[in-house]
Amino acid sequence: MSVLVDANTRLLVQGITGKSGSFHASACKEYGTQVVAGVTPARGGEKFEDTVPIFDTVSEAVAATRANASMIFVPPEFAGDAILEAADAGIQLIVAITEGIPVMDMMRVRHALAERSCVLIGPNCPGIITPGACKIGIMPGYIHRPGHVGVVSRSGTLTYEAVWQITSQGLGQSTCIGVGGDPIHGLTLQKAVEYLHADPDTKAIVMIGEIGGSEEEEAAEYIRARVKKPVVSFIAGATAPPGRRMGHAGAIISGGQGTAQAKIEALQKAGVRMAKNLGEIGHEVAAALGK
Amino acid sequence: MNIHEYQARDLLAASGVAIPRGAVAKTPEEAESIARSLPCNSFVVKAQVHAGGRGKGHFTDGYKSGVHLVKTPHQVRDVAKHMIGNTLVTHQTGPEGKPVHAVLVGESTEIARELYLAIVLDRNSGCPVIVASQQGGVEIEAVAEKSPEAILREVIHPGLGLQPYQARKVSIFLGFPSTGLRAPCRLLHAAYKLFIEKDCSQVEINPLAVTKGGDVVALDAKLNFDDNALFRHKEIQDLQDPSQEDPRDLAAAEHHLNYIGLEGNIGCMVNGAGLAMATLDLIQAAGGKPANFLDVGGGASEQMITAAFRLLQADTSVKAVFVNIFGGILKCDLLAQGMIAACKSNPPRVPIIVRLQGTNVEQGRKLLKESGLPLIPAEGLMEGAEKAVAAATGKKGK
Repeated sequence: MSVLVDANTRLLVQGITGKSGSFHASACKEYGTQVVAGVTPARGGEKFEDTVPIFDTVSEAVAATRANASMIFVPPEFAGDAILEAADAGIQLIVAITEGIPVMDMMRVRHALAERSCVLIGPNCPGIITPGACKIGIMPGYIHRPGHVGVVSRSGTLTYEAVWQITSQGLGQSTCIGVGGDPIHGLTLQKAVEYLHADPDTKAIVMIGEIGGSEEEEAAEYIRARVKKPVVSFIAGATAPPGRRMGHAGAIISGGQGTAQAKIEALQKAGVRMAKNLGEIGHEVAAALGK
Repeated sequence: MNIHEYQARDLLAASGVAIPRGAVAKTPEEAESIARSLPCNSFVVKAQVHAGGRGKGHFTDGYKSGVHLVKTPHQVRDVAKHMIGNTLVTHQTGPEGKPVHAVLVGESTEIARELYLAIVLDRNSGCPVIVASQQGGVEIEAVAEKSPEAILREVIHPGLGLQPYQARKVSIFLGFPSTGLRAPCRLLHAAYKLFIEKDCSQVEINPLAVTKGGDVVALDAKLNFDDNALFRHKEIQDLQDPSQEDPRDLAAAEHHLNYIGLEGNIGCMVNGAGLAMATLDLIQAAGGKPANFLDVGGGASEQMITAAFRLLQADTSVKAVFVNIFGGILKCDLLAQGMIAACKSNPPRVPIIVRLQGTNVEQGRKLLKESGLPLIPAEGLMEGAEKAVAAATGKKGK
């Protein structure tokens, strides 16, 4: 078992002919992901790496290849449209890697998707991986190891740090999900925790948050009320100055809202084990699992 | 992105929001002639900088306040003369202040009521939300803390836009009589249109004034724009004023580096926003103060690394540099090559602590070791931060 993706996932890549799109399509394929199609308007009929057929539209790609997940590398100007196109073609899992999509575009996309059953991960995220089975995203595959720790995070490199520490403890991961650093995005921290909690293969959950918004507090409330598995957490930005956007568009303390302190308190109240600093995540996970 | 008050006024006026009469002046003479053209006997002169708290601020030469109320065009000229070319310090500028190159000269309005109105993005609902209060002219955070019931938050459906009934609801909450809703409703629709059309992240009108004559005007306004959407708003990009930005931030932007200048003395170079933020936390936990936030990004090129390194080297407040990299897409050996190139062309003047982990880490560490550069290696995160703090304070690390 795993969450959202496994060895049967059939991936198509929107923007497969671009620089990042082709690089990462190749890396996912190499990892073992079934990359069944690519989509780039006006490039239909070509092949990617001599094997993967390219289509002009997502619906043609789905009809021909039964793709059920999409990874999006389309430039920010066109990425909102690409997400809507994937949803309209019936894709059930949309992973938007693109960074820099206008907030207004994401606002409209989120509302359009609310009426559909598909799951959007991202944008501005590293993607999702079930180690040894399926990698959809830009994370370095080799740091992962199949196992039983579920990881969810708003930040790419912090996910890699956490994964690496878990792997270095001799443990592994069930599924790792990066929900992305934008203020308006698809899958929330809470929803990701729900998925991991429902997954019998996940024995412990690591949730990495950062300043801005209130998703950590909402996840904390869910954890307090429902989650029986051990949860370890780390919140970045405890010392970030208010009012400055810390790299991620969503990482900003405004009007006293979204501080690390408030998130840490909420998580502690929910019985979550907080890693004192970034270097302690692996140890906390091992301790939580009694290793 | 931020713009000046006079630019925000122009954008609001173009959208149909009423503003008091006035114009921007770049010289004292211009300021006087604007005052002469205004049909009033009391004027307000406001220093134009990208910061709030101007009224309570002071200039670096001792001249008081960035907002003056005067009676004659001659006095307008005098005040403008003191302000233009001077540097204004407010609680938002930092001690170095911001240069004033222009003043806004306007009619002084006789105010009956001061209200608060803003349109921002609500992250939870993913919708624009109108924030309104009858307690204008003060910071909305203070109102929210003392009397949250005095604030109305009206969520707008992004597909439908602001509906007339919602504009009426907000106007009534703001205390307008049911027979006098037309002006505030028109203003709300105009402000919402501006918010959407220009990809604003915030439209804040504070105070929104009801004059003794019964007009509804935006006395002061702050507009912010979504940086991600600037590509489709050339007209907004053109409003950028580099004189209001930290020069370090400008140099970083030129090389597409994600940089924020801070007040400490430990320079940081990190890949990934989350890791960069956590690195600031580590440095402070180790007892130090970071000089900056710097994210070179997941896919940084050798040129970007070199540029980032130069930027840290050029900052004279930096006493030590902490390089913290988790190589994913960015391979550690590539990073090492970039650092070596940067150090060769610009020999380091401060200790450099390097913590590398991830893709090609062994090759990266080997390259750095063989380079003969005086770099201090660290394996652990906390270990690296502690070494950086020790180096910055002149103590010998372990």
